[in-house]
Amino acid sequence: MELKNPVMTASGTFGYGLEFADFVNLEDIGGIIVKGTTLEPRQGNPYPRMAETPKGMLNCVGLQNKGVDYFCEHIYPTIRDIKTNMIVNVSGSSPADYAECAARIDALDRIPAIELNISCPNVRQGGMAFGVTAEGAASVVKAVRKAYHKTLIVKLSPNVTDVCEIARAVEAEGADSVSLINTLMGMAIDAEKRKRVLSIGTGGLSGPCVKPVALRMVYQVARAVKIPVVGLGGIMSATDAVEFLLAGASAVEIGTANFIDPAITVKVAQGINDYLDCHGFASVHDIIGTVE
Amino acid sequence: MSVERLHERYVLLRATNPAGPLPEMRPGQFAQLRADLAPNTFLRRPISINFVDVTANEVWFLIQTVGEGSRSFARLQTGDMLNAVLPLGNGFTLPATSAERVLLVGGGVGTAPLLYMGSQMLAMGCRPTFLLGARSKGDLLQMEAFQRLGDVFVTTEDGTAGERGFVTQHSVLRERQFDRISTCGPKPMMVAVARFAKSAGIACEVSLENMMACGVGACLCCVEDTQEGHVCVCKEGPVFNMEDLKWQI
Ligand SMILES: Cc1cc2nc3c(=O)[nH]c(=O)nc-3n(C[C@H](O)[C@H](O)[C@H](O)COP(=O)(O)OP(=O)(O)OC[C@H]3O[C@@H](n4cnc5c(N)ncnc54)[C@H](O)[C@@H]3O)c2cc1C
Ligand SMILES: Cc1cc2nc3c(=O)[nH]c(=O)nc-3n(C[C@H](O)[C@H](O)[C@H](O)COP(=O)(O)O)c2cc1C
Ligand code: FES
Repeated sequence: MELKNPVMTASGTFGYGLEFADFVNLEDIGGIIVKGTTLEPRQGNPYPRMAETPKGMLNCVGLQNKGVDYFCEHIYPTIRDIKTNMIVNVSGSSPADYAECAARIDALDRIPAIELNISCPNVRQGGMAFGVTAEGAASVVKAVRKAYHKTLIVKLSPNVTDVCEIARAVEAEGADSVSLINTLMGMAIDAEKRKRVLSIGTGGLSGPCVKPVALRMVYQVARAVKIPVVGLGGIMSATDAVEFLLAGASAVEIGTANFIDPAITVKVAQGINDYLDCHGFASVHDIIGTVE
Repeated sequence: MSVERLHERYVLLRATNPAGPLPEMRPGQFAQLRADLAPNTFLRRPISINFVDVTANEVWFLIQTVGEGSRSFARLQTGDMLNAVLPLGNGFTLPATSAERVLLVGGGVGTAPLLYMGSQMLAMGCRPTFLLGARSKGDLLQMEAFQRLGDVFVTTEDGTAGERGFVTQHSVLRERQFDRISTCGPKPMMVAVARFAKSAGIACEVSLENMMACGVGACLCCVEDTQEGHVCVCKEGPVFNMEDLKWQI
């Protein structure tokens, strides 16, 4: 899969892209990773699903989506002609589930890649359960690799002791790329009400407050695997994105920042070019992983 | 942008767009606002469109200071920049004919979108009736503007203005007939209004204030449970027909 620029949107923060069509030219974005999709429809968790935090937010949406068949029949036709890489984020509750969902998306000719979400902290089954052990992660990737023949990106969880071990395990099973980080598991408490704020008690932390953790993990993983790494977590500006590229990411994703500035993606893409020009680099390849 | 302090806890922001004419806005729609230099908040805040002055190219926001976000708006000075994404969501149902008898019920700062609704209705030749509730006299805002648009009835909890009590206890509900109620305010008030409407067989729509992140239907944080499952308040709402919700009414 080729990207016209290294900026993609993070799953769950950009809908199917169309929600942002009034604010950005979608075709100026390197790739759009759409909402988490599962084999069966899911209602997600009850409201409230979010809480603001210093420099970030918690969410426990819980993979609400109408299921892969609905996606193929009703959503795919509306996004297939957007001229950029439309990538589907896939989740499941068993390796067989993931594989079946991936197989149905394999049949869609305008979807060049999927991103396997083995790192969602907001659903009891599946999601993060697979992403926190090397064996679990490997079992999902192994099953999906048999069923899916295009570019396979595996999204890693930061809620682990050794992210490199998991990255190596998914690389060994044939992942084409890894992306990280998904959200960090957190909690918000309302002192007045003496209650936890989110409906399921915990949620995933995102936004600029997670950036240092994400940068460190991207740096480590980029040195542990040979496949390309996609970096994300708290990117709010072109400088943030450049930091991820320097740490070893070949591309970046922008998530929560879309809520603050719906046109942030194209601004970051332009800002990366300005950085390259300003520092005399011919292409983004010249800076990937070059941090001292 | 100009800032007017209406009361110790309320500010009225009148914003213009330096880049050109403001987009067309419908009553009940909202904006996602952010004050530049708001160091203590991260996300934008959804704020109803209070009024649109097309000739002055102005959109008004009425804000009650509650926490950090609303305080960051209250701290703005005339001339400061306000960053707005608008218009978002679906609005109230406008009357089909000028003969339709519409009651607009607002509580607290929930009266904000009803001013624009009332002015759009009047422009269509349909005079609205307002029923506005507040804790106390000082919390009744923009009263002269409301009075210019239609008949205004008031309740206050402490009896300092209008009838004492809650909006659903006001005598106008017994004395006049209505074809439709549109309401915005605290949830317990809207539930009570919806209950009254249901018992009286009147169509009723409510404007919800679920907490939001994106405001455009992308993040699924703001969902309300409805007959069709979880739907985004920012995109499918904020105005809903009471029949579509799963409220115990
Ligand atoms: C569609 C829509 C239109 C709105 N229109 C207006 C308007 O015209 N004028 C106006 O003043 N406000 C309006 N609001 C509410 C506004 O968006 C903010 O929620 C409010 O200003 C509080 O934000 P804050 O940052 O000051 O408080 P915060 O610091 O975010 O919160 C302070 C306290 O209030 C609670 N709280 C915050 N928001 C809500 C909520 N939505 N429901 C229940 N509890 C909450 C928090 O849990 C916290 O305890 C609207 C909301 C929506 C969804
Ligand atoms: C509201 C919300 C919903 C999300 N949904 C998904 C999802 O469905 N699948 C997924 O892999 N990641 C999901 N994420 C995680 C983001 O894609 C991203 O990994 C994370 O937010 C960190 O990046 P950021 O700080 O730029 O937002 C979601 C994040 C948010 C804030
Ligand atoms: S606030 Fe994001 S979907 Fe409504």
